[in-house]
Amino acid sequence: MNSGTPSSSAAGAGSADSIAPRRNSKRPKYSRFTQQELPACKPILTPKWVIGTFLLVSVIFIPIGVVSLFASRDVVEIVDRYETECIPETLRNDKVGFIQSDRSKTCQRTLRVPKNMKQPIYVYYQLDNFYQNHRRYVKSRSDQQLRNNGSLQDTGPCKPEDNTAGGPIVPCGLIAWSLFNDTYGFTRNNQQLDVNKKGISWKSDREHKFGKNVFPRNFQSGTLKGGATLNPNVSLSEQEDLIVWMRTAALPTFRKLYGKIEVDLQRDDLINVTLENNYNTYSFSGKKKLVLSTTSWLGGKNDFVGIAYLTVGGLCFFLALVFLLIYLIKPRQLGDPSYLSWNRNPSGH
Amino acid sequence: MTRGRIRAKFRRSSLYTFATCRRPHTSDEEETTCLPVQGPGYSRVVQCNQPYLHEIKPLKYCTNYISTTKYNFITFIPKAIFEQFRRVANLYFLLAAALSLTPVTPFAPLSVIAPLVFVVGLSMAKEAMEDWRRFVQDMKVNLRKASVHKQDGTFGPMPWMKIRVGDVVKVEKDQFFPADLLFLSSSYEDGICYVETMNLDGETNLKVKRALEVTQNIEDDSSLKDFSGTIKCEDPNSSLYNFVGKMEYDCKVYPIDPSQILLRDSKLRNTAYVYGVVVFTGQDSKVMQNSTKSPSKRSTIEKQMDKIIYILFIVLVVMSVMSSIGFIMKTKYDLPNWWYLQVPDHEHLYDPQQPLQSGFYHLVTALMLYGYLIPISLYVSIEVVKVLQAHFINKDIHMFDEETGTPAQARTSNLNEELGQVDTILSDKTGTLTCNQMDFIKCSIAGIAYGTLPSDVELAAAEQMVMDMDGQGKRGMPQSVEKGCEFVKSDIQLETVVTAKDDMLKHPIKGFSFEDKRLMSGNWFNESTADNILLFFRILSVCHTAIPEQNEETGTYTYEAESPDEGAFLIAAREFGFELSKRTQLGVHVRERYPSYEDPVEREYKVLNLLDFTSKRKRMSVIVRDENDQILLLCKGADSIIFERLANGGKEYLDVTTTHLNDYGEAGLRTLAIAYKKLDEAEYNAWNDEFNRAKTSFGSDREANLERVSDMMERDLILVGATAVEDKLQKGVPQCIDKLALAGLKIWVLTGDKMETAINIGFSCSLLRQGMKQICIAVNPEVFVSNESSVEEGILKQITDGFQMVKQEKDPHAAYALIIDGKTLAYALEDDMKHIFLRLAVECASVICCRVSPKQKALVTRLVKEGTGKITLAIGDGANDVGMIQEADIGVGISGCEGMQAVMASDFAIAEFRFLERLLVVHGHWCYKRIAQMICYFFYKNIAFGLTIFYFEMFAGFSGQSVYDDWYMLLFNVVLTSLPVISLGVFEQDVDSEVCLQFPTLYQQGPKNLFFDWLRIFGWMANGLYASLIIFFLNIIIFYDQAFRASGQTADMTAVGTAMMTSVLWAVNVQIVLTMSHFTWIQHVLIVASIATWYLFLLVYGELRHALEVNAFRILLEILAPAPIYWSSTLLVTVVCNLPYFAHISLQRSLNPLDHHIIQEIKYYKKDIEDGRMWSRERSKARQKTKIGFSARVDAKIRQLKGRLHKK
Repeated sequence: MNSGTPSSSAAGAGSADSIAPRRNSKRPKYSRFTQQELPACKPILTPKWVIGTFLLVSVIFIPIGVVSLFASRDVVEIVDRYETECIPETLRNDKVGFIQSDRSKTCQRTLRVPKNMKQPIYVYYQLDNFYQNHRRYVKSRSDQQLRNNGSLQDTGPCKPEDNTAGGPIVPCGLIAWSLFNDTYGFTRNNQQLDVNKKGISWKSDREHKFGKNVFPRNFQSGTLKGGATLNPNVSLSEQEDLIVWMRTAALPTFRKLYGKIEVDLQRDDLINVTLENNYNTYSFSGKKKLVLSTTSWLGGKNDFVGIAYLTVGGLCFFLALVFLLIYLIKPRQLGDPSYLSWNRNPSGH
Repeated sequence: MTRGRIRAKFRRSSLYTFATCRRPHTSDEEETTCLPVQGPGYSRVVQCNQPYLHEIKPLKYCTNYISTTKYNFITFIPKAIFEQFRRVANLYFLLAAALSLTPVTPFAPLSVIAPLVFVVGLSMAKEAMEDWRRFVQDMKVNLRKASVHKQDGTFGPMPWMKIRVGDVVKVEKDQFFPADLLFLSSSYEDGICYVETMNLDGETNLKVKRALEVTQNIEDDSSLKDFSGTIKCEDPNSSLYNFVGKMEYDCKVYPIDPSQILLRDSKLRNTAYVYGVVVFTGQDSKVMQNSTKSPSKRSTIEKQMDKIIYILFIVLVVMSVMSSIGFIMKTKYDLPNWWYLQVPDHEHLYDPQQPLQSGFYHLVTALMLYGYLIPISLYVSIEVVKVLQAHFINKDIHMFDEETGTPAQARTSNLNEELGQVDTILSDKTGTLTCNQMDFIKCSIAGIAYGTLPSDVELAAAEQMVMDMDGQGKRGMPQSVEKGCEFVKSDIQLETVVTAKDDMLKHPIKGFSFEDKRLMSGNWFNESTADNILLFFRILSVCHTAIPEQNEETGTYTYEAESPDEGAFLIAAREFGFELSKRTQLGVHVRERYPSYEDPVEREYKVLNLLDFTSKRKRMSVIVRDENDQILLLCKGADSIIFERLANGGKEYLDVTTTHLNDYGEAGLRTLAIAYKKLDEAEYNAWNDEFNRAKTSFGSDREANLERVSDMMERDLILVGATAVEDKLQKGVPQCIDKLALAGLKIWVLTGDKMETAINIGFSCSLLRQGMKQICIAVNPEVFVSNESSVEEGILKQITDGFQMVKQEKDPHAAYALIIDGKTLAYALEDDMKHIFLRLAVECASVICCRVSPKQKALVTRLVKEGTGKITLAIGDGANDVGMIQEADIGVGISGCEGMQAVMASDFAIAEFRFLERLLVVHGHWCYKRIAQMICYFFYKNIAFGLTIFYFEMFAGFSGQSVYDDWYMLLFNVVLTSLPVISLGVFEQDVDSEVCLQFPTLYQQGPKNLFFDWLRIFGWMANGLYASLIIFFLNIIIFYDQAFRASGQTADMTAVGTAMMTSVLWAVNVQIVLTMSHFTWIQHVLIVASIATWYLFLLVYGELRHALEVNAFRILLEILAPAPIYWSSTLLVTVVCNLPYFAHISLQRSLNPLDHHIIQEIKYYKKDIEDGRMWSRERSKARQKTKIGFSARVDAKIRQLKGRLHKK
């Protein structure tokens, strides 16, 4: 309400002069920014641009698609689903009973190599209907404990697999507890094929996430036995199966790296797999698959990327043609004032 | 006002009898807040000069500390937080934050709380800043020093806030009064002082205040030592012009009226010092009682946005319920088989035995998880954008008025986009369309009209006619002989008019544009009616309340008058040779160049009584005793009032004068009638006794008494003549009205003026024109007397008849104008009649309401606002427009000349009416499109992101796990996508400001709401839905099982989430590029920066210790970046997401381009420069069909001429 100072004793005749600078001071300063006159590029969608963009997309996408598709086609993949076959036929009506019994779970499988496979050949196990992404599951781990020897007691989020009578479990939590424990052995022509289990996890995981001086303790010693056991004399940073398993998968169907076969396989080679079918996926009717696959620069066999690129590239090419047709059939000169609303329907604006 | 000028001392104890509604501002404004004092409420007791008595109850009143702040240090946190959480969305987020501390949370608590704290903190910081500014301003006031009496006859300085009731203060020249004071005495011996009340009511002219006679003798500081008295008066109230109280002094009781009260925040002028007793302090003072908070307004778009948020809430709830049902099924039937989960858990979050309980917990989780549908940062971004937009409005150099040095001012920033959707403008007339500067231009004395200069209206009309003709010529109309004649005629007229005006400009005297040799330079002595002319001039120079001021250097006088009309009269009188030179205790001194023109004689007129002007009385009179001891009543007032008070013998010139008055009215002039009456001594004395009794009476009927007594005196008058002053139109008003009309806006004029004047102004603004059918709705005065119901019936009939007439009109070009006066409006605004009235008004091209009160202005505004559902804008300058300004969707105050009352209540303030065009057509248009696009985009982006979380749930057993890292989600809204959208909201321009002005029809995109209709909103939402599907499924299919790198590793949840997030960011950022059409370096930088920030964030985040906990360690560097498929999926998803939108806008532009598209193209190809003819042709066509404005006038003229040609 009170504007200005009350001390305007020097007003009067002088006031006219004193007003002048005040007026100037209120005058907004000119700058291109405040006047919203900054230089700007104002692209508009001319036919040239529209068709050009579509063509550009298709020109880029189609080659990428072709390359991706070729890369994917180069990948040789052998998939063997074994969860039913590895149960003796007589016991298949009670699969859960079988898997929980003490019977021998060894199982022999034979794989035929469809094409030459260059080493390294990656061995995966694929589980289905296994919700590694369930919230209860994902949270049930203690990264502190995995990293530091001193954080044994950090089992907060690990319930119910946190403690036993003998002290805290290392590694604690449901994820570690349910570690996958099927094992695979490969022979070709009765010759052992070595599976290299080193280097299947991320380097940073081994070096930073899983401690070199953290050793398993009280693991799988509770009343309920989950999955694999761990050698208490090997530090966690070298338990690569665990490290891979601890990276929870995004979807209930997932593959995890089991190892690498570092010899080339020839077409029509027969590979015998000696398989310990220990892991219980029968409770939740989950499939188990053994996968042998080479990789390309794009990774595994993934036709989808190539097809998607080709489709989009093709679609863009088609759209380019459609727009070309539109511009040919119904040409509109750009900036033609006759298309302004007041010219198009002069009667009713 | 002090140096170089001499002011005469005088005493005028009888001035200001009706010291009530002091708003003489202009005679055309109706009565303002004139509240009679009611009820008990006279309990205040003030012990003068004994402030210590007021330190204990019951006499303890509030301190003089004022505070306009909303908060203080203690209440800020709770109050500001409460304000923040009144927004539904914020409340939801608060709830989410609280729940994030429980085990049901899907996120880490920090990632929910941090953005909320950020968003709320930012809003609160803004509040705090604004409040701090108010506080600093308050403290500046509170710490001002005033000199206060210290009980021993000496005065010492004291800060304002320490002043108590009962203190005696001494205020010196040009200081503000620290509180409401009772005026005791002044440096003038007769105890008057001059007060400027600019801060209170915006009036620039000075007011005279007068001390009680008993206290006038307090002359110096020491005489106050033993002064004491008791004041009993009304309780604090907001009425500025009323005060009822009495003072007990020396065992006698004296009534106190408003002229003894010096109000806080007014300023002492032209008086060396005054003494006063503090009566009301701080919040009790009239000015503080008067400060009303303007109602908070929200724009239509924001209201619609709320609806969208509600829709999203519903979607959110539906999704959550679906998710919960899925969860219950999974938990009940599948979870027992999932041995690796070891259910049930202790907290029953996953308990197959109690699926409903777990399901309920999950519902809470889901409500939080999908919360990303509702953009938490939307409100804060909008606020930031609007503040910046307002900044642009404030800084617009084209809306800066050089003359007064006032820039435009967006006082509230939350209505910017509303400016782009205005449908109806309700405008005040005086001070808004016109300058409120009066020029004495014509007069009629004793039946003879004087004054040869044309008025602005006549001038404009003549110019217009020539322009109409020119317009025709350009269009190549065949010229008929008849028209040729018209041409010549109007050319001649114009020529004379223009030259005459030029002559006048050679010797401009502000307020005087009169020219007539018969009256000037003493020539009137020779007129046959010289006696009457003499009387006329004397009335002009004596019958007023003005104060003369002499300029020391030049010796000329200027006048401090109450109204510009009065000022114009005095200047006119001076020019005619009757110079008011002095006001003394007893009367006025006039230097009359009569009987000899060369030799002025100073004559004194003793003012016996003064019956001042009120808008109710519409007249003022003085009773004077001239040098021959003749007592005269001199009166001037509205013609209708004066005419009904004429004596039978005083009607000699009535008929001729009436004709002249009508002529003047047509020329757009304001008229007053001048009359007098002679009184004999006895008659006067008898009346004076009664008058004094009424004056000293005490209570609420005092005014009624005064009025009755005055009325008795002002009868049997003798008409002398009439004056005509011109209310000048403001610069650029007709052009601006024309442009606004072309932009499709309807303009209503609401004025306190009488009908004729209003119609004249209507003509000069081209709101009315010849050939327009006028529907005048007015009450027949005879009927009015008879009874109420028949009046109502009559009005209803007039309205219905008018409506029928408009409905049955076949000619599409026929234009109607509705003119209604205040009395009638009172009936038309009744519930039963207002709808038909509104329907009629909407059908009419222009609507003019005359003689309306401030209340009616507000009522009409409300009627239009609520009745049509369209957006209204009210523009005005005075205190009488406050109601209308507050009622309308947007209130605009004129900040140029008059006071601040309207500006204080307004949402936007501009210096002159003509800036309205730019404010609406440029800023409004831009802001509307910016905000509309911004909000649409905001919802798109959050739907695109939020739904991917939902899809993931379906693949995660509805367990409430999110595929994204908590920090990604946190940053998504707050950092990664916020700046580009803000730049869209601040800098986007579809076309530049020039084009906006040249193609006013583009404005209609706002009122038609082309950019924020439901179709468009749902389109954007569908686009978001599509994008979310593409982003999620493409990424999942690519990554879910196969190795994604040559070294064989498969992607885990973090890798998939990060790849997906990358796609989201690219998709939404490319989308905003497609949405924008205007890229300055700022947009370029912000968009590139948002994407760059994401990668940078991943790099840094990957190295943090925290990342080890969440599997995000070196996610970019080691895991994703070396994988070509990560980059290739980003490219694929980005393109696929934006393909449909791109095809859509390309198709729309090629097949069904909007106007701004074409104009962009014309500009792009510089066709406007190459083909200037086409450009100007399109400009002239780019307008809405309108029936007002001079363009419409020209059209009508063409049609008329064409019609004539056809007949031939």
